[in-house]
Amino acid sequence: MLMKKGAEANLYLEPFARVLHRAGEGKVVVKHRIAKRYRILEIDKQLRESRTTLESKLFADAKRAGVPTPLVYEVDRAGMRIVMEFIDGRQVKLVLDKLRPKARRKLCELIGRQVARLHRAGIVHGDLTTSNMILTREGKVYFVDFGLGEYNPSLEARGVDLHLLRRALQSIHFRVTDEAYRAILSGYKREFGGGANEVIERVEEIERRGRYVPKEERTWR
Amino acid sequence: MLCLGIEGTAHTFGVGIVDSRGKVLANALKTYVPAKGGIHPREAAQFHAANARVVLDEALKVASVSIEDIDFLAFSAGPGLGPCLRTAATAARALASWLDVPIISVNHCIAHVEIGRLTERAKDPVTLYVSGGNTQVIAFDAGRYRVFGETLDIPVGNCLDVFGREVGLPYPGGPTVERLAREGKRYIPLPYVVKGMDLSFSGLMTDAVRKHRAGADLHDLCYSLQETAFAALVEVTERAVAHTEKKEVMLTGGVAANQRLREMLKLMANEHKAKFFVPPREYCQDCGAMIAWTGILAYKHGVGQKLRETGVKQRWRTDQVDIPWRTG
Repeated sequence: MLMKKGAEANLYLEPFARVLHRAGEGKVVVKHRIAKRYRILEIDKQLRESRTTLESKLFADAKRAGVPTPLVYEVDRAGMRIVMEFIDGRQVKLVLDKLRPKARRKLCELIGRQVARLHRAGIVHGDLTTSNMILTREGKVYFVDFGLGEYNPSLEARGVDLHLLRRALQSIHFRVTDEAYRAILSGYKREFGGGANEVIERVEEIERRGRYVPKEERTWR
Repeated sequence: MLCLGIEGTAHTFGVGIVDSRGKVLANALKTYVPAKGGIHPREAAQFHAANARVVLDEALKVASVSIEDIDFLAFSAGPGLGPCLRTAATAARALASWLDVPIISVNHCIAHVEIGRLTERAKDPVTLYVSGGNTQVIAFDAGRYRVFGETLDIPVGNCLDVFGREVGLPYPGGPTVERLAREGKRYIPLPYVVKGMDLSFSGLMTDAVRKHRAGADLHDLCYSLQETAFAALVEVTERAVAHTEKKEVMLTGGVAANQRLREMLKLMANEHKAKFFVPPREYCQDCGAMIAWTGILAYKHGVGQKLRETGVKQRWRTDQVDIPWRTG
């Protein structure tokens, strides 16, 4: 069953027994990166192949770093498919604005801590938006999409990662952007430890570098 | 009700006259072409100052109206090059105070979207705005135009132009790159950079120039440069379409003239069962009519500035402007 038609891939929700092994139970998610006719074959194939392989590795390494991610059951590089665990919960995108301020702060701090864990493990997510995060009933936040992630321990990559998260808040959660971002940074600093301020300074530098940054842009330290 | 709009954010000085029903009575402009290199902001501003009167007279003549018939002024207050913005703003302030009519500051990027909505009768598009000075994916949500993607460094038009200049093509490089790309066959891998919702073109440009110096075929390079840059643009636009679930896609700005980009964006729009629009060329490029029309929309909804509040904003963000003329 088609669960979501994303920009990059189609997500299907299927019975474990049908996709993997008849003895299995429950459901799995099949992420299929479909061909895009608008781009030439060379670019299309290269992007889909590399993102499929890299994403499955990132899922595993993120989990090892203490960030909840779906278990990867199968990687089909030729078919550009990843079969993974189904995470039952609600998209953070849909709940963030509705939470009470205190609950929102807690959730954002947790997100910030998880981003810090990724960064410490040498991973940048590349697409930190609230639609890629699933909040489960137990209060865990799963990062479910590493399609634009990479192994990159540089200050610049980490800075861009946080900057993108702020940009996502600005475009989707414009009513609560500032308080949410503040809480994310507070969680990030606590988990990352020494050097967190350097990353945050870099975010500010990246934002000043941008084309559309007003002079009065505030700092976040 | 007539609005006279003045555009002067970069290389174009334009004067448009539009009535309150959206009829464009005049859309005169002159464009500064640098003798060599790219736009020199001061020289462009001097060009605007020298040509302001000529363009104004032409607009009034084409519209067959007298300057006293103008009910209010609108001008592009940003984003753009400081000296150019200040020249256009000075012209607008002088006219407004002499005529003793209201004056309105218009955001240049929003004006591009609004003139496209007018000419194409688009209701609520996801807009890819690509030019030598700007690269943004814009969509309306909750009272403002939100930016769903933008360049982190140089605009895509600048990437094509600078590449053209570095490899010895005439100014502006974009159209020549497009022509040469048609004869390109072999894809040369170049850095494809999408960072979340945002884009980056500076590394792509540098690498393409480097590969040219290393002896790569120019046709193949132009082809590869376009394919790489445009694939990234379409991917980011597609993400905005998937996220907002809007059923219209619009392409505007100077780079909208590129046929290959149009084709790619149209394919993407079709896949999402969205309508696809490209405004006529004279309304894709910078022009006074888009400023005048956006001025009308704002004026009708009570927006207006005192003369002393008409300072220019070089880095005025699209999502900093309240849009009272749209709901939702």
